[in-house]
Amino acid sequence: MADLETFRADTRIWLEANCPPEMREPVRDESDIYWGGRRATFKNDAQKAWLEACVAKGYTVPSWPQAYGGAGLSPAEAKVLREEMARIGARPPLSSFGIWMLGPALLHFGTEGQKQRFLNEIARGEIRWCQGYSEPGSGSDLVSLQTFGEDKGDSWVVNGQKVWTSYADHADWIFCLVRTDKDNKYGGITFMLFDMASPGVTTKPILLISGNSPFCETFFDDVTVPKSYGDDCPAYVGEINRGWDVAKYLLGHEREMISGADGGDRTAGIGAAMKRHASKLGDDLDPVLRAELAMFDVDALAYTAMGEKFLDEIKVGKAHPAQPNMMKYAGTELNKRRHELMMAVGGSRSLEWDSDATEGGKPSRSWLRTKANSIEGGTSEVMLNVIAKRILDLPGA
Amino acid sequence: MPLYHNEDQAMLADTARGFIAEEGNIAKQLRHWRDRNCKDGFGHGLWKQMAEMGFTGMLVDEADGGLGMGHVEAGIVLEEIGRNLTPSPFLTSSVLAATALKHGSDDLKGRYLPGLIAGDSVFAVAIDETAKHRPSRIATRAEKSGNGFRLTGSKSFVIHGSSSDMIVVAARTSGGDEDADGITLFAVPKDASGMSHDAVRLVDSSMATHTRFDGVELDGDAVIGEIDGGRAVLDAMLLAGRVGAAAEGVGVARGAMDMTVDYLKQRKQFGKLIGEFQALQHRASHLYSEVEIARAATIKAQQLLDGGSAHADLMASVAKAKVAKTARLAVQEGVQMHGGIGMTDEYDIGLYMKRDRALAEFLGDAHFHANRVAELSGY
Repeated sequence: MADLETFRADTRIWLEANCPPEMREPVRDESDIYWGGRRATFKNDAQKAWLEACVAKGYTVPSWPQAYGGAGLSPAEAKVLREEMARIGARPPLSSFGIWMLGPALLHFGTEGQKQRFLNEIARGEIRWCQGYSEPGSGSDLVSLQTFGEDKGDSWVVNGQKVWTSYADHADWIFCLVRTDKDNKYGGITFMLFDMASPGVTTKPILLISGNSPFCETFFDDVTVPKSYGDDCPAYVGEINRGWDVAKYLLGHEREMISGADGGDRTAGIGAAMKRHASKLGDDLDPVLRAELAMFDVDALAYTAMGEKFLDEIKVGKAHPAQPNMMKYAGTELNKRRHELMMAVGGSRSLEWDSDATEGGKPSRSWLRTKANSIEGGTSEVMLNVIAKRILDLPGA
Repeated sequence: MPLYHNEDQAMLADTARGFIAEEGNIAKQLRHWRDRNCKDGFGHGLWKQMAEMGFTGMLVDEADGGLGMGHVEAGIVLEEIGRNLTPSPFLTSSVLAATALKHGSDDLKGRYLPGLIAGDSVFAVAIDETAKHRPSRIATRAEKSGNGFRLTGSKSFVIHGSSSDMIVVAARTSGGDEDADGITLFAVPKDASGMSHDAVRLVDSSMATHTRFDGVELDGDAVIGEIDGGRAVLDAMLLAGRVGAAAEGVGVARGAMDMTVDYLKQRKQFGKLIGEFQALQHRASHLYSEVEIARAATIKAQQLLDGGSAHADLMASVAKAKVAKTARLAVQEGVQMHGGIGMTDEYDIGLYMKRDRALAEFLGDAHFHANRVAELSGY
């Protein structure tokens, strides 16, 4: 414990010296988030300085081993760092699907060569990854995916289409599920890594009901993917035709991430803030709305306790392996409800689509965005199916 | 502190689960006493056994002969009581009254705690005066009379009131009915003259009383804590009781859910187990999620209470409201998914529905506590 307190004190000093004041302001919009990659530009010097300080310290991926660009922090130390960053409102220096998704998969399944190359690139923010999972005909039933890689000896030639590829139009590389055996449903998928600049790859943004386009359709027309990128660095994670194992592992991570189980304020109570918001708009909370907010806060605060319990249990291997599905289900449904209530409190003001007062329709766009929470990363209905089968052991589930 | 049971607590949970399933199960206790129209509504034999297990005095300080355990431990016992619908004075005696007595004089402790620890005494608490829990308003009055007090007024929903050796009564010694100050808590012995009980059997077969105090003469040493300063003791007692009731409610919810999920795996219709139907699977999965969350909130409240945290009060209301909503869902889904037999007295699932109704009402229902969450949060 004494060591942890020393670590906390050191961390405070380090943050004080290295986190620029601008990076302690709340994230206002997309341009405040630094995603990294070959084409990334910094919004300002503070963003650049903050990233560089964190890269040098291993704090873009604090719990990864130092050999791969991390700081090798223990879970307890990582928690202290998160707490200290939250205390001063420090922004994450780098956001990326490489950190959240590919990284964990490589740490678990990757070869030493893959780790050395890709994890270090991710940690330094030099490469921006996107995820190629869903297809037009394969959403909830992901394993039916059809994108096919034809074996050409030293390479595959990939043809097919992905959809809901997050930020594919900004990504440098893709980690992609590709069918390599048409006769084996689960045992015929390979988890491939390739460059989005490869000839034959095209992307097309999808305009969503929120008016934003965070997702793309991604097309592969005779894309050649080499089987290896050098010594001990294959172009696939895990084994050929065993990509489903990697995908399942990663889906668990994605569900944890979407469930917000890793903290954040979106599961906390909102009633007090909503009362202040209402009075700023010149109103008081309608009693029935207040009651709904109170019921929501009960659920939200209870869910926060569940998130804490879940993380505590994960650390010591006590959590049921299918528990992330429960967390994802409950967390996303809660977040949708939260935004419904926020819209209700905002009244007609929250309907404004492009006014300055709403910073370009933030309330309504965020509200619409949350509707995807219970679809992406496995729908609520799929989560309920998984709970029925793996936790409740119901027949035929 | 991690939000799961440590080794000692896990051992206690194993012990409590085995013991209460064996001795406190529905056939042996709830149905047994109900079908004999028992005036107490619970078995004194089991109470004595619970004393031998060390349960009755688990919250009592070691210096006073108890085990000096916390609310996580009490919650472990309560969850098993809830799961087995065990009629027991544990919550009113070992949690509520025991918490009040922590604030009592050595004389009061000496008078009442040995009987509790030995399983010879049963205690009740008299708080509510109307049909809804509203402890902010206390109209029962205690006026100075010689060296003591004269107690006048009436209380409702006094669980185990007519079976108790002592009742903790919240009364007003000064101020108006709605004042926060001016409350005093009294330990009223069962033979106090002027105290009368109108005993009623509740929907869950438990026994409660409408209790009248017609100029009940009490010695000065019946006061628990400070004269006019009883609100703090009352709040501490309510806090402990609410967290305890939440734990018992988690047990009710889990018991009903487990029974229902088992039934989905046995009952066949249309040539299939009904658990194969996705319409029922999804509802069962949703229920599972809610029960897990309610349980986490309850353990969080227990830990905050044991740690003396200022947030314990908020979390206690979160837990009580969340559990009330969740247990309600569990018993309603339970009866519905059992179909026709869920409506019969022969099957136990209906007993869960009855118990949930009474337990959720005790010390404030989901509406009361959601409102309290709003007030404590500043809106």
